[in-house]
Amino acid sequence: MSSPLPGAALRVSHLRKAYKDVVAVDDLGLAVRPGECFGLLGPNGAGKTTTMEICEGLTPADSGDVELLGMRWISDAAELRQRLGIQLQETQLSDKLTVAETIRLFRSFFRRGPEPAEVIALVQLEEKRKARVGALSGGQKQRLALACALVGDPDLLFLDEPTTGLDPQARRQLWDLIERFKSAGRTILLTTHYMEEAERLCERVAIVDRGKTIAMGTPRELIASIGVEHLVEFSTGGSGRAFDAAPLTRLDGVRDVREDNGALRMQVTELHRAVPALLDELTRQGVPLTELRTHSASLEDVFVALTGRHLRDE
Amino acid sequence: MSDLAVTAVRREAPMDHPLVQLTLVRFREFLREPEALFWVFVFPILLAAGLGIAFRNRPADVLPVAAVTRSLAEALGRDKLLNVRQLSASAAEEALRAGKISLLAEPGPGGAVVYRYDDTNPEGRTARMLADAAIQRAAGRADPVASSDRLVREPGSRYIDFLIPGLLGMNLMGSAIWGMGFAIVDARRKKLIKRLVATPMPRPYYLLSFLLSRLALLAIEVFAVAGFGYFVFGVPLRGSLASLAALCVLGSLAFSALGLLIASRVKTIEAASGLMNAIMMPMWIVSGVFFSAERFPAALQPVIQALPLTAVINALRANMLQGAGLAHLGPQMGVLGAWLVVCFALALKLFRWG
Repeated sequence: MSSPLPGAALRVSHLRKAYKDVVAVDDLGLAVRPGECFGLLGPNGAGKTTTMEICEGLTPADSGDVELLGMRWISDAAELRQRLGIQLQETQLSDKLTVAETIRLFRSFFRRGPEPAEVIALVQLEEKRKARVGALSGGQKQRLALACALVGDPDLLFLDEPTTGLDPQARRQLWDLIERFKSAGRTILLTTHYMEEAERLCERVAIVDRGKTIAMGTPRELIASIGVEHLVEFSTGGSGRAFDAAPLTRLDGVRDVREDNGALRMQVTELHRAVPALLDELTRQGVPLTELRTHSASLEDVFVALTGRHLRDE
Repeated sequence: MSDLAVTAVRREAPMDHPLVQLTLVRFREFLREPEALFWVFVFPILLAAGLGIAFRNRPADVLPVAAVTRSLAEALGRDKLLNVRQLSASAAEEALRAGKISLLAEPGPGGAVVYRYDDTNPEGRTARMLADAAIQRAAGRADPVASSDRLVREPGSRYIDFLIPGLLGMNLMGSAIWGMGFAIVDARRKKLIKRLVATPMPRPYYLLSFLLSRLALLAIEVFAVAGFGYFVFGVPLRGSLASLAALCVLGSLAFSALGLLIASRVKTIEAASGLMNAIMMPMWIVSGVFFSAERFPAALQPVIQALPLTAVINALRANMLQGAGLAHLGPQMGVLGAWLVVCFALALKLFRWG
């Protein structure tokens, strides 16, 4: 085990990278503390993967500085390779090899690390040890990719969209594995465009848009920063009188009321006061309620508040 | 002491050396691909067997000819090297046009004979000489000088003897270029090369693993083709086996370097396949696999002789059929060495790891 690191496990400053006519990363900065899971959250094309690959020493930056575990690619590449665990977004491991053969290959590149059998057990692929990679499900392939990133017992783990394309069950299984790695005190840098993934796994996140960090902090801080804690959405009966929403804006703790696709959407600070008040107002006007939903503000709402766009345009 | 302790913890079994593991992966991927096994091992043997049988079963020079009259047919029939049929004028005409007969003999005006044949076809010209001699002799011509034949049919000068070194050379080229090219481009397409580069794997090991697995497979391949020729058709192996092995290794390395160069930047299988065919096809034609490269015009010879396939095939023929040692194969080995060095250096410079 390495000695405790002073300062950040990963520090990125003024990073810039342009491809032909697109600026992928534009003066981006972030700092990841030792032992935390740090998330880069942003829509597709925001520059998350480019940032990751520059940090991983796979893509050269046009300018800016990257310091990992107190080292830099230019002077310490061989040592860094030994101490980083990397999972790339789109790697297809060789279909013709078995799980055990694949792990043994990756293990052979590292000076130290667990035995192949231990890593296979860690990602719960014991039963598939002798199965060809081509015969694995999407979730099993992702777990194998994670295992390949863990064979060198890394101090810093990079996970680029580890659960994209997985079904909810496979996603939860992978989250459990990542949490177990986290609890061993290792540092993780993770990209995702799933806000619930970032909220569940990450101590801190940076919201990235168009190559820039537009917000950084704990998920709770970021959500608090937009000043809205809850959202209430409701619809009223189509027949009968139209509902007059004007009185709602005068209710306690209601910040904003907006019509969105025929439903009404209220931003509120105190759910326990806003909802009874809403129900009273409906009764007073004699309008039936057909649908009522509330949710706590999420990182998605933070992104919408900051950019006016949704994380996923679907 | 502390250094020693650290080393002891590493407990490195030879099997867990990265180069060993990478080379094993190459083998596994190859052996688990049935199509590759067929093309590398079975196809050349089938081809050699097919061509060997086709050319061996044809008696030396029995040429099919036809005559339209009975007397001409009888006269021609006295030569054992002619297979004569008597046909009607129209049937004979058609047989000649279809190439079923090499020559047609017809009675001309005033007791003369007319031969109809294609003078650009060597068989037609041979048939003309044999037919005329047979007819003149039947008409009473006496030969002023007595003659007799003593036949020499020694292994080493038959078509199959010519063919086996050609197929061996073709196989060395195909398996090296396809083996390198497809595996590398496929790994690049799947971002597997990028993933490996993200580990501490020493990059030269990756390329070296291809060469090592190639050399091991080469031994099996050469044994399959040359052994088949030797045991089934009696194709001679007059040079030493060591010199034959050295030629095969040098040839295979040169082609592997060429394969590496072809695969150094290509991103898709389609592009790689097109490029490989564009490079190999001309060599299959001009480098003397099935017929001598000398048949091409003299102006092209400097280019043809500088091709790696021509060099390897010429060297293999000289070694297997005439027993030439490496000392006599300097020019060919020089050509192969130059291809190896130039292609490998260029490939290392151009190789796209990302």
